[in-house]
Amino acid sequence: MADVINSPVATSEAHGHRALQHHFENMEQQREAGTLGMWVFLVTEIMFFGGMFLAYTLYRSKFPAAFASASNHLDIKLGAVNTGVLILSSFTMAMAVYFTQIGKRRPQILCLILTLVLGLTFLGIKGVEYHDKYRDHLIPGQLIASSPFLKNEAEAQHHGLHLLEGATLPQVEMFYWIYFAMTGMHALHMIIGAGLLTFLLIYSIKGRFDPEYHSPVEVIGLYWHFVDIVWIFLFPLLYLLGRHLEHG
Amino acid sequence: MSEHIVPVRIYVTIFLVLLVGTALTVVAAFQDFPWQLNTIVAMTIAITKATFVVLYFMHVRYSARLIWVIVASALFWLVIMFALTFSDYWTRGWIPSAY
Repeated sequence: MADVINSPVATSEAHGHRALQHHFENMEQQREAGTLGMWVFLVTEIMFFGGMFLAYTLYRSKFPAAFASASNHLDIKLGAVNTGVLILSSFTMAMAVYFTQIGKRRPQILCLILTLVLGLTFLGIKGVEYHDKYRDHLIPGQLIASSPFLKNEAEAQHHGLHLLEGATLPQVEMFYWIYFAMTGMHALHMIIGAGLLTFLLIYSIKGRFDPEYHSPVEVIGLYWHFVDIVWIFLFPLLYLLGRHLEHG
Repeated sequence: MSEHIVPVRIYVTIFLVLLVGTALTVVAAFQDFPWQLNTIVAMTIAITKATFVVLYFMHVRYSARLIWVIVASALFWLVIMFALTFSDYWTRGWIPSAY
């Protein structure tokens, strides 16, 4: 293979795969360029989410008690189940890439369907959690007129939000701005990911991918794993930070 | 094709490691560790999990040097962003200001 890459006569005409674009020497070069491009995009994504993690770190260091109080209102069971769902979907995505690489189309399609279903399950559970926050007046500001943010401590107690010592409601509201911004952007990435998976599914049913050409499966896999990683950090930072103070 | 195909056994192992990591982080969150140890434990587990995903699910362990450079550059700029921002916020009030 190395000889082919270095050989001046190795043109796309000589070793043509129907998916090979004219500006690449061969399929391997095309695949590596695609993967590299996806990683560069993921760097910009890391910086984008990094900005929100920065805001989180800053406000949590300023309002530790309020962040712990607000976090304790999140449903740890739903959060943990969702973490499991997302990890499982990352696994099935990795398996989809694997089956494409070895050219087994049926299990490849099955893995893509599973990944898509798990992704949608995650979004469904997230929706249940968002609805709980809506019910308990924890959507920041007046974004939703029928459910403005908690006005006073009595109302907070009534809705199951217990303020730890030193916490105030405006600070709790800050936590929820950050919570909705971060989980909302994460959910948007999941929705886009579900769209991309649908595209992959259609193309793999059409039989477009084979061991030589599977860059789309590989790079969308990279994106899907990245979204999983963001959640791996969001789960402990948003759901677990104040649990050890609950019983004190 | 010189592409490395990661064996299924490794994918299953990583999946189980990630599940155990999730369980550990939940259990650890309910322990009342001194000082900031709760956060440190949670972040250590999260970083470990993320590293496994990047190395194996995302194939970086078997990828070209160029991919390693790209991943490292992301972390490098992330550190710059955090370091410069907190060098401001953490040091505010250290010196009395006239304003």
